[in-house]
Amino acid sequence: MTENASKLQVKDLNFYYGNYQALKGINLEIPANQVTAFIGPSGCGKSTLLRVFNRMFELYPGMRAEGEILLDGENILARDVDINLLRAKIGMVFQKPTPFPMSIYDNITFGVKLYENLSRVDMDERVEWALKKAALWNEVKDKLKQSGNSLSGGQQQRLCIARAVATRPEVVLLDEPTSALDPISTAHIEELIHELKADYTIAIVTHNMQQAARVSDYTAYMYLGDLVEFGETDGIFTAPKKKATEDYITGKFG
Amino acid sequence: MEQSLTRTGKANAVKDKSFSRNNMVYRKRRLINIFNMGASTLAMVFGLFWLFWILWTLLRFGIEGMSTEVFTQITPPPGSQGGLANAIVGSLQMTFFGTLIGTPIGILAGVYLAEYGNRGWLAPATRFINDILLSAPSIVIGLFIYEVYVISVGHFSGWAGSLALSLLVIPVVVRTTENMLRLVPNSLREAAIALGAPQWKVTMYVTLRSAKAGVITGILLAVARISGETAPLLFTALNNQFWSDMNQPMANLPIVIFQFAMSPYEDWHRLAWAGALLITLSVLTLNIVARWMGRQKTQSH
Ligand SMILES: Nc1ncnc2c1ncn2[C@@H]1O[C@H](COP(=O)(O)OP(=O)(O)OP(=O)(O)O)[C@@H](O)[C@H]1O
Ligand SMILES: [Mg+2]
Repeated sequence: MTENASKLQVKDLNFYYGNYQALKGINLEIPANQVTAFIGPSGCGKSTLLRVFNRMFELYPGMRAEGEILLDGENILARDVDINLLRAKIGMVFQKPTPFPMSIYDNITFGVKLYENLSRVDMDERVEWALKKAALWNEVKDKLKQSGNSLSGGQQQRLCIARAVATRPEVVLLDEPTSALDPISTAHIEELIHELKADYTIAIVTHNMQQAARVSDYTAYMYLGDLVEFGETDGIFTAPKKKATEDYITGKFG
Repeated sequence: MEQSLTRTGKANAVKDKSFSRNNMVYRKRRLINIFNMGASTLAMVFGLFWLFWILWTLLRFGIEGMSTEVFTQITPPPGSQGGLANAIVGSLQMTFFGTLIGTPIGILAGVYLAEYGNRGWLAPATRFINDILLSAPSIVIGLFIYEVYVISVGHFSGWAGSLALSLLVIPVVVRTTENMLRLVPNSLREAAIALGAPQWKVTMYVTLRSAKAGVITGILLAVARISGETAPLLFTALNNQFWSDMNQPMANLPIVIFQFAMSPYEDWHRLAWAGALLITLSVLTLNIVARWMGRQKTQSH
């Protein structure tokens, strides 16, 4: 694997839920057009870290982040950053599917319409493109006008992924995207992650070691708010430098 | 093998003891259960008895008073032919405008409380005042509109009645809108925000939309509440023997029923019964529709 330019640089990041410090001095470089996996036991701060990348935490009072996160060299934690534009650049898919209460078609166009003025034809094309990317097109092409809620859980999750890629963000954050899915849907989504890599930088949180090994190029192991080890996935899984990482990966831990 | 056998044997022995019908604890619980079931059934029968009696009386006299004239002719002087047409239309008009004025305000306030009201003192204060408004005696609302509107324009009117009714609509809609929006999971809001959508778009297209059925249920309940109100109309719309526009005193079912029922005239009594039946049926229908919509909502989630 060749060295890549980094897309996101995390510098001395601390994060607090009120008085509780959930992230402790994180330093990390997420390479562009690669998949970076975040692993670690429950409560170690993986979701917290992802939610700092798109400043989702700011919705809630009492949460605060210190330090810097550079997206292509620009500090996204700075006050003057347009937060909506930032979120348009950094897409996110959550653990549970969250289809909007509207048609499948409108679910996709909702995000696109926010920042682009597309003609009817272009929009149709974009919807088809996004649904194909998410390996959902064949299943829904005849019922685009149906409610997104009418899909199965796995289909809903792929719809959410299609929705996130339709706006063509630069970074896609995936927080345990397959934890509620059956093996077939999971395989679909893993394939999709492989494909998306060409165009996007991807960060994925997963509890599934095999999944991390399968889909990611880089892996970060976190424990109790610390970044314990970070490196190429091959290295982390075959010859981890730290004992803690090895214990976790081999299942000796917890 | 042997060990597991003895273990199940022991478990069975314990089972036999605790599940025998003669077990003291069990018997006592069963008696209490029977007693409570009996008591609550009695209470229910007691309540239903009066309800059905009221409905039965209403149906009996109401159907007797019902005729096509009720819907086509206006309220008569005693002793002559007539109906309730002007009162029915007046009630519909004032209910309609009252809902039209009150609903947007109620929804906006409810949205504010649920979506923006997490910080600061304004939201808790608003919620508190809304709760007071919700339980305020409706005659006070009528008097308020009398003071601030009727006196300043110098006459009773349909608009004054609508305003009074809208003040009854607002707290109901605020409360249900807020509650329904709070049922929308935060993950849905976050998903929309994560796409870079501004707050108002999230609210309009995602949050309110997924709470739509509940919000509409709230509006229907508010309509049901105001369509039978007498007190707020006493000092605002008053009454009218004839057709009127919204700027004049306006006939309406509740007050006509009151006036006719209190009179000594037999034909007025019959019309009062017919009017009472009409109101009851429409409130009943509204409530059933609202329930049904609420049910739809819970099923779709
Ligand atoms: N809203 C919150 N308020 C206060 N503390 C929180 C909040 N969310 C998370 N935490 C705490 O921050 C720590 C990190 O949580 P986080 O959700 O990031 O863990 P995680 O690594 O994603 O775990 P999981 O694998 O279970 O999803 C935990 O100790 C948790 O208790
Ligand atoms: Mg998590």
